[in-house]
Amino acid sequence: MNEMTKPTGRVKSIGVPQPLVDGPEKVSGKALYSADFIPAGCLVGRILRSPVAHAEILGVDVTAARALPGVIAVITGEDCDETYGVLPIARHEYPLARDKVRYRGEPVACVAAVDVETAQAALDLIVFTYKELPAYFTAQEAMAEGAVLLHDFKPGNIERDVDYEIGSVDAGFAEADLVLEHTYNCPEICQVQSEPHAAIAEYDSERDFMTVRASTQVPYYVHLMLAKTLKMDQSRIRMIKPHIGGGFGCRTECLNVELICALAAKAAKGTVRLVVSREETFITHRGRPETDVKMKIGMTKDGKITAVDFSCIQRGGAYSGYGIVTILYAGSLIFGIYDFANCRYKGLRVLTNTPPPGAMRGHGTVNVRYAFESCFDEMCATLGLDPIVARRRNLLVAPTFSANDLWINSYGLGQCLDWVEQKSGWKDRRGKLGPYRGLGIACAHYPSGASKPVNWTGEPHATIHLKLDWDGSITILTGAPEIGQGSSTVITQCVAETLGLDMSRLQIVTSDSKLTPKDNGAYSSRITYMVGNAAIDAANNLKKILIEAAAKKLDAKPEDIECLGEVYRAASQDKGLDWKEVVMAALEGTGTLTIKGNFDTLPQSHGTKKYRGGAIGGSMAYAYAAEVVEVEIDPDTCEVHVVKIWAAQDVGKALNPLAVEGQIQGSAWMGMGQALSEGTTYHKGLMISGSMLDYRVPTIMESPPIETGIIESIDPHGPFGAKEAGETSLAAFIPALTSAIADALDGLRPYDLPVTPDKLMALMEKAETGHDDDLAAAE
Amino acid sequence: MPLDQHKTILNCTVNGREHIRAVPDNLLLVDYLREHLGLTGTKIGCDGGECGCCTVLVDGIARHACLTLAAVCEDKAVETIESLDTRGRLAPIQRGFHEKLGAQCGFCTPGMVMAAEGLLRTNPDPSEDEIRAGLAANICRCTGYVKIIEAVQAAAKELRHE
Repeated sequence: MNEMTKPTGRVKSIGVPQPLVDGPEKVSGKALYSADFIPAGCLVGRILRSPVAHAEILGVDVTAARALPGVIAVITGEDCDETYGVLPIARHEYPLARDKVRYRGEPVACVAAVDVETAQAALDLIVFTYKELPAYFTAQEAMAEGAVLLHDFKPGNIERDVDYEIGSVDAGFAEADLVLEHTYNCPEICQVQSEPHAAIAEYDSERDFMTVRASTQVPYYVHLMLAKTLKMDQSRIRMIKPHIGGGFGCRTECLNVELICALAAKAAKGTVRLVVSREETFITHRGRPETDVKMKIGMTKDGKITAVDFSCIQRGGAYSGYGIVTILYAGSLIFGIYDFANCRYKGLRVLTNTPPPGAMRGHGTVNVRYAFESCFDEMCATLGLDPIVARRRNLLVAPTFSANDLWINSYGLGQCLDWVEQKSGWKDRRGKLGPYRGLGIACAHYPSGASKPVNWTGEPHATIHLKLDWDGSITILTGAPEIGQGSSTVITQCVAETLGLDMSRLQIVTSDSKLTPKDNGAYSSRITYMVGNAAIDAANNLKKILIEAAAKKLDAKPEDIECLGEVYRAASQDKGLDWKEVVMAALEGTGTLTIKGNFDTLPQSHGTKKYRGGAIGGSMAYAYAAEVVEVEIDPDTCEVHVVKIWAAQDVGKALNPLAVEGQIQGSAWMGMGQALSEGTTYHKGLMISGSMLDYRVPTIMESPPIETGIIESIDPHGPFGAKEAGETSLAAFIPALTSAIADALDGLRPYDLPVTPDKLMALMEKAETGHDDDLAAAE
Repeated sequence: MPLDQHKTILNCTVNGREHIRAVPDNLLLVDYLREHLGLTGTKIGCDGGECGCCTVLVDGIARHACLTLAAVCEDKAVETIESLDTRGRLAPIQRGFHEKLGAQCGFCTPGMVMAAEGLLRTNPDPSEDEIRAGLAANICRCTGYVKIIEAVQAAAKELRHE
């Protein structure tokens, strides 16, 4: 029976603030994260870690540990001779160290035992013997003449050396009225996602089949590395991603935790649960590398950039991880935000005896953006230019290609500047807030998904399945990992909007390799853009089938069928088919439908051929941000108090404005942590900041109000015009903060991060002392 | 084999149900809840007292379950995130976090919600500063706290109108 009493019509879900589709589980404790799987009889895994930063392994004697009652398996580097790593060209890491350990805390052995006390006792019985080697904790030490090599095939301990020039930098500087150069030190930072790493691996020895649940952003990459290190056929592994407690890039590559867990489960012929501590999570690392940026900019007296010459030295840790990509991103994304043609870049990624950094939020770009915006701001001050007005002189005009061939089709940076200028009262308040108060501005951008995946297979960038069944429900099957960013909600919205259905008609199943199509993962802000587009494609394909079925049933032409969400009718008729009828018409003679949708990037977005590694940075679209930060500085303690942040981001189109606000706020705030308080510290390679008390993430007490401005430039290729929302705003905060400090302190400006009270006090005292010395000399 | 552990008979109420169990003296409340009672809603985010993810209410007061021995909860009432919704309906504080997007990844959420619940029971109309003080022991890495404050304000408003 037709339910014609129900209002018919398409339901709108795009652009409407939507609470997360998996929100109710999260607020009621029902959401299961990896560590929440505690099956009866599962074994406990514990890792023995290297007590030294660099050594030849002489032996790992596990005899006594194996003999301890309750110990089921003990594995060492002997048990796995396969390397792993995210980049096919840089897989040099073993799940458990072999031959050498290269950082303090590197896994050496793993015990699987009946309980945690036994596992811990067994670790104490393992005899690890080694011969220490010289260890290097800074890039300079590792690069010094005569330094022992961490890896024999990496001369000079250089992971990657990048050197290129685009345009003519010398000619550009010759045109400039002002050239300024500074060095900016940005310490290593960590993601500190809420959930420590965890995995649970179940090995079925009868079937030789492995099931792994793990806290990861990239279940497909983990699946690949599980097969490689376990030496199992890929089809004999089931990789499931449960709920994930944040990522921010720390799980953008397969980690040793999930590999060791699976190796232990295979050795134990059972189920092993490996939940590592917060300290071990810090040591597993994959955060943002310590970076020294030397930035030189040429500018005309009206603020036009004429040339940029910059270099980056990144302390890359003991293994590659994403390192080569990070040092290339640091170069390529100097472009794509302002209009300039001349640029020289030198990048050095150096191997050191510290845990390997990775692809933290704003991958590769944040420290360079800080240096650039900061230098630009200082030049504006010197030339007497308003830094917003000066930025307007350097805007791009879309569509265009940057000097290194980044393809820009939508560009809302100008509107972002307008928004923050107006909302912050910039014109009336900048420079006029009185002593120790100031306003600062900076901008940033970020890609919407890397256009070339690291594992090039020839498959589309995103594939999604929709299952339509007799019960009238549509199940979205996607490999796209929901990690808290709201991807499941946005994918559901894309399907619902295309079909005009209420979101409650749809359920989503994510990231289970036996159920969902492969997806490359949650990194480089790719999901909304790529999987969103695939979802729209799948929904359009399903809609076509429903329309054809309705046409056949109603004896009409498909082009005359009108889709009104849950009602399909021929234009000339009042009464059509209700949802149940149209579904049954579509299933007639064929049964349950699984419809596919794909997305592929266009070749124009694949980067440049002007230098080696030019694919890095290439994306279908770039999001833009402008931020104004207001600070108040305590003249006695030199503590910087952030009074307010105004953050505007061009997200193309805000598919879910609620989640977009949350992403902008979260990333600007994360930038505040890097700017003011965060940084890892080591003592002879031992991480001494490996707790949330020593590594200071801002608490709610220091966190300011953040007013968000959503700018919609409608990207021509984005899903409903959308672009990246979750990373761009991070980088803008840091230079906006130092710009605000300079406004508050009469031009006195910190260069090195984080701007802690002791550093700022030293800077302020130096400035005052300098003044006093002058006075003393005059007397 | 498990090492010899001295055990105590613990009698306490968890989420309204009485439990009597022999627990090792050194067992933390958070492990008792998660591993003995299967209440995995309470999360462990750090190595002890750093993050607040394990916040539960003990006799109505917010506590870190990772800094509380199970054995000291004798004759006390423990409430976890699993106890808040009634007959399938989210409690106002849960609805606040859901609808205002106070939860992104959701891992700090159980602790954050319990800390906020504890606050609202003693102070039904908290100022923004009082909300900040009430949640100062809980770290969230996703939201920047803006929407968490809005979530608590929304819940407080709903409770006042109930």
